[in-house]
Amino acid sequence: MAQPTAAPHKVIIAGPDLARVVDRIAHQILERTGGARDAVLLGIPTRGVPLARRLATRIHAFEDFEVPVGALDITLYRDDLRLRGARAVGPTQLPPGGVDGRSVILVDDVLFSGRTVRAALDALGDIGRPRLVQLAVLVDRGHRELPIRADYVGKNIPTALREMVRVLLVETDGTDEVRLEPAPMGGQS
Amino acid sequence: MIRHLLSAADLDAGTATEVLDTAARMDEAIADREVKKLPTLRGRTVVNLFYEDSTRTRISFEAAAKRLSADVINFSAKGSSVSKGESLKDTALTLQAMGADAVVIRHPASGAPYQLAGWVNGSVLNAGDGTHEHPTQALLDAYTMRSRLGRVDGLSVAIVGDVLHSRVARSNVLLLSALGAKVTLVGPPTLLPLGIEDALASGTEVRYDLDEVLPGVDVVMMLRVQRERMEDAYFPSAREYTRRYGLDGARLRALPEHAIVMHPGPMNRGMEISPEVADSPRSTIVEQVANGVSVRMAVLYLLLGGAK
Repeated sequence: MAQPTAAPHKVIIAGPDLARVVDRIAHQILERTGGARDAVLLGIPTRGVPLARRLATRIHAFEDFEVPVGALDITLYRDDLRLRGARAVGPTQLPPGGVDGRSVILVDDVLFSGRTVRAALDALGDIGRPRLVQLAVLVDRGHRELPIRADYVGKNIPTALREMVRVLLVETDGTDEVRLEPAPMGGQS
Repeated sequence: MIRHLLSAADLDAGTATEVLDTAARMDEAIADREVKKLPTLRGRTVVNLFYEDSTRTRISFEAAAKRLSADVINFSAKGSSVSKGESLKDTALTLQAMGADAVVIRHPASGAPYQLAGWVNGSVLNAGDGTHEHPTQALLDAYTMRSRLGRVDGLSVAIVGDVLHSRVARSNVLLLSALGAKVTLVGPPTLLPLGIEDALASGTEVRYDLDEVLPGVDVVMMLRVQRERMEDAYFPSAREYTRRYGLDGARLRALPEHAIVMHPGPMNRGMEISPEVADSPRSTIVEQVANGVSVRMAVLYLLLGGAK
């Protein structure tokens, strides 16, 4: 819950609007996957996991149907171990039905370089063989370094490389907010 | 994170917990999957340098490195230039020239890994040096306790038997004390070094009567009677040792209901542990082997991932 309060930041999405954005993504998932009957939501830690749970909750509210939710950590699939060193490994929890033959929707908070998603696709390939894989993100901030795009985007935020997008969620940070901040020294992931 | 793992004393509570947490995540990451492999250490080389016989530790390190996609070179003293008289230093320089990112060493001389750490650029992992230490064994023991009993902090752990020759005991006293467990060393006076209770970690207790200790412990860790290291007679006979310090069915029933029985292996069945106890559901011996791979994966990841 500790955020640097000193850094000047701009609020891009505030509390209730964030819930509306999640609702919209949930509707789009239902629409584009024919009711999400074979869907599995896999959140990428840290903040992709509560977002995936929220999407499942909203889909349940709209359609009275439970979409399996899991967590897929990608730390061990990163390509920058030599550059950045070991990072704390996050949780991986697959839903009991697995991913084989399912429509897997990867969920993350911010889409930036695309390297996290590349790692997630590699991890997914080791876990099973989904029928198709889609990507849902709360924020797309641009600056892609790989040919990757999101299927569902909460909000496109044009950014400069020296800025960073910080997503705060009630589950992890005590509040719902998306902020644009100056990047700390050394850049961000 | 530290660069080498030479002693359990290199690990403070925070670092040790980081290793255990990482091991749990590694377990999770490859559980229920067909491809039990992660690409994390692709292109790195891990050398297993074994000057002493070992089955489980060498295989465990090899499996851990391979599951992280590292290249593994196994070197055992038998059948190598060591039998032609090559010194540890020259072997180390050879490994250095081959570009080993990590060297896992087991050596009969206490302190050999420390020497090696001064000669190679890569990380050195002590996989057992003489009668000194075996830090990854202590980590996997702590991991096993945590997964069976939910915690290490506050546990009462009895380590029973040949403490004198046991590197497992030494590493466990250091690590378990750092993690907040209370360790009691139990054995015949001839196998308990004088003053050991304060030498490793304060709060360690020494007792000579196993039956007095058993009702109050959460974990009892039986040490192997290391007959290969005993030139002298430390106890009158194997039968007497078993009668006083062997864990049999009657002693198992004297333990609290939740207590677990551990053994680092290889066991002398019928000597320090009876087959009934070794095969009971309260024994974690097989689990310890499985946990060893996860813990060693975590150690390799954290050491080799250390920012250069």
